[in-house]
Amino acid sequence: MSDALLSVRDLVVEFPTRKGILTAVDRVSFDIARGEVLGVVGESGAGKSMTGSAIIGLIEPPGHIAGGTISIAGQRIDNLPYEAMRRVRGKRIGMVFQDPLTSLNPIYTIAEQLIETIRTHMDLNERQARDRAIGLLDQVGIPAASRRIDDYPHQFSGGMRQRVVIALALCVEPELIIADEPTTALDVSVQSQIIDVLKRMCADHGTAIMLITHDMGVIAEAADRVVVMYAGRVAEIGAVRDVIKDAKHPYTKGLMGSIPTLMQDSDRLTQIPGTMPRLTDIPPGCAFSKRCPEAFDRCFVEQPDCRPYQGRDVACLLYDEGKPQ
Amino acid sequence: MTDVLVGIENLSRDFDVSKPWLNRVLENEEKKFVTAVNDVSFEIRRGETFALVGESGSGKSTIAKLIVGLIRPTGGQILFDGTNVATRGSASMRQLRSRFQMIFQDPFASLNPRWRVKDIIAEPLRTFGVVEGRAAWEKRVDELLETVGLSAKDGAKYPHEFSGGQRQRVAIARALSAQPEFIVCDEPTSALDVSVQAQILNLMRDLQDEFGLTYLFISHDLSVVRHMASRIGVLYLGRLVEVAEGKTLFREPKHPYTKMLLDAVPDLEMTGRSRQPVEGEIPNPIDPPSGCTYHPRCPLANDRCKREVPVLKLHENTKAACFALEEGRG
Repeated sequence: MSDALLSVRDLVVEFPTRKGILTAVDRVSFDIARGEVLGVVGESGAGKSMTGSAIIGLIEPPGHIAGGTISIAGQRIDNLPYEAMRRVRGKRIGMVFQDPLTSLNPIYTIAEQLIETIRTHMDLNERQARDRAIGLLDQVGIPAASRRIDDYPHQFSGGMRQRVVIALALCVEPELIIADEPTTALDVSVQSQIIDVLKRMCADHGTAIMLITHDMGVIAEAADRVVVMYAGRVAEIGAVRDVIKDAKHPYTKGLMGSIPTLMQDSDRLTQIPGTMPRLTDIPPGCAFSKRCPEAFDRCFVEQPDCRPYQGRDVACLLYDEGKPQ
Repeated sequence: MTDVLVGIENLSRDFDVSKPWLNRVLENEEKKFVTAVNDVSFEIRRGETFALVGESGSGKSTIAKLIVGLIRPTGGQILFDGTNVATRGSASMRQLRSRFQMIFQDPFASLNPRWRVKDIIAEPLRTFGVVEGRAAWEKRVDELLETVGLSAKDGAKYPHEFSGGQRQRVAIARALSAQPEFIVCDEPTSALDVSVQAQILNLMRDLQDEFGLTYLFISHDLSVVRHMASRIGVLYLGRLVEVAEGKTLFREPKHPYTKMLLDAVPDLEMTGRSRQPVEGEIPNPIDPPSGCTYHPRCPLANDRCKREVPVLKLHENTKAACFALEEGRG
């Protein structure tokens, strides 16, 4: 086994509906190394959050994992019983969600929530757990942590709440943190503070992060490698610099062109024609074929696999041998 | 005829956030007010896109609502083509209203779910009497749908049958139907995915060229503002701290807050620039700091900044409200 901390292989998540089976995640594979920040980017419905939920075993029924494996440090976690999975969550995998108000319990103080989590997973007494909690709040940049620890969530601002959630995710030193849109609800100035906290904490503790976001800018700032998802499938995986500066998949190219930037002057943004297909209505062959400016006949019948190409993996038939000239 | 289409002069708006009367009497408390917009003045020239940027609570949406008349100002005035909007009687206001329209952030909330799209688009046509007779407005609705990139037969559908981007197109068609000169766009693309955002922004630019529209564009996203605006105003806690041409603002930001804000935008170019860590958070607007409201977070602040409120003054090509700039500190 390689030194991958998290290994996802051919993951399939399905939702049975009245109109038939809906495939929200379709044969997705990737690895996260220890201490690495892996960005997962895509538009609404691309399956990025669903992949995150699958890893922590929190897919809402009737949705379920219909195929593939998820392992952490070589141990499979996709088929664990509920109680065993509960111990993995929190202990080995921490979570940070988009809205910090919903991930904190409004009727308990921050102290009670942190101490409970620490004592569930670690053999510490009340006093030691409280000291540890204060130390963590201090590290994530909450001023006067020893006093503010007895406040309730509503007494904190949005940015401060997200810091508390990060402290909560980190309190038992997990190996991996899944951060699902951690900065989407925040203002830019607060967003840059939270990205800094996440990066610093993970560097200090050697924690790996799976950073799920729709914002390519956040990925550029924070991630080492990035997975680009489209309609439940992986389009491209590679080092952030490669993907941003020299995208290969036509979808990634279109996505990058559609983002206005601070630096360049252009009158028009590149636009991808059409919209992402509904999950009930994914075309045969490549999911992007109908919108792709470079599609050729094979794209409409064959579903491309993710293959290595120039130092990254691309799921596009343009980079396959049979490409027409 | 002047070059200025919309003039905002010393505009202010307070909101009453007091506890109920009985609580105030029992707890012996005074009435409390939040000043959401505080002495803001700027002008929008005909045919340009003027953008307001700021973080949550900076008062940008309140200004949008004040301009279209959804709420009334506490002080100051709004001049539309030379006439004061706030003091007009309802009949003449109605006539004036047909000349400006608004596009809202959430295309799910701004379209009536029980109405067909063609009725939604036709409502301003009928209200303002732009066209006479059913056949005429139906023809006009079809044209509008095609103008915004939908097809004429989409008119028979209901809003839930459309995606977010398509709904925003419907909202734009509705805004265009009364043939306005001025459109207030409050975060028109914030609820959309980037690729859809690109489609909508391109459409808005094309329409501006085609119909000679003037936009007030409100957004928290600096890259979008950079792309769309000819001039930009930066708001902080209800006050305008800097107004400049788009290019100038991004090349040479003057106010320390603008500098901090630009620095905080994630860098897609990956230049590996070192950035100044952002200090502090926006203070509570109920109890804003004295003097310049930015002084607790400002690296250049001194005693004067704590006592006096700076006003917008011209520094080269930029208007900025900052004592550090005036005195050449920093």
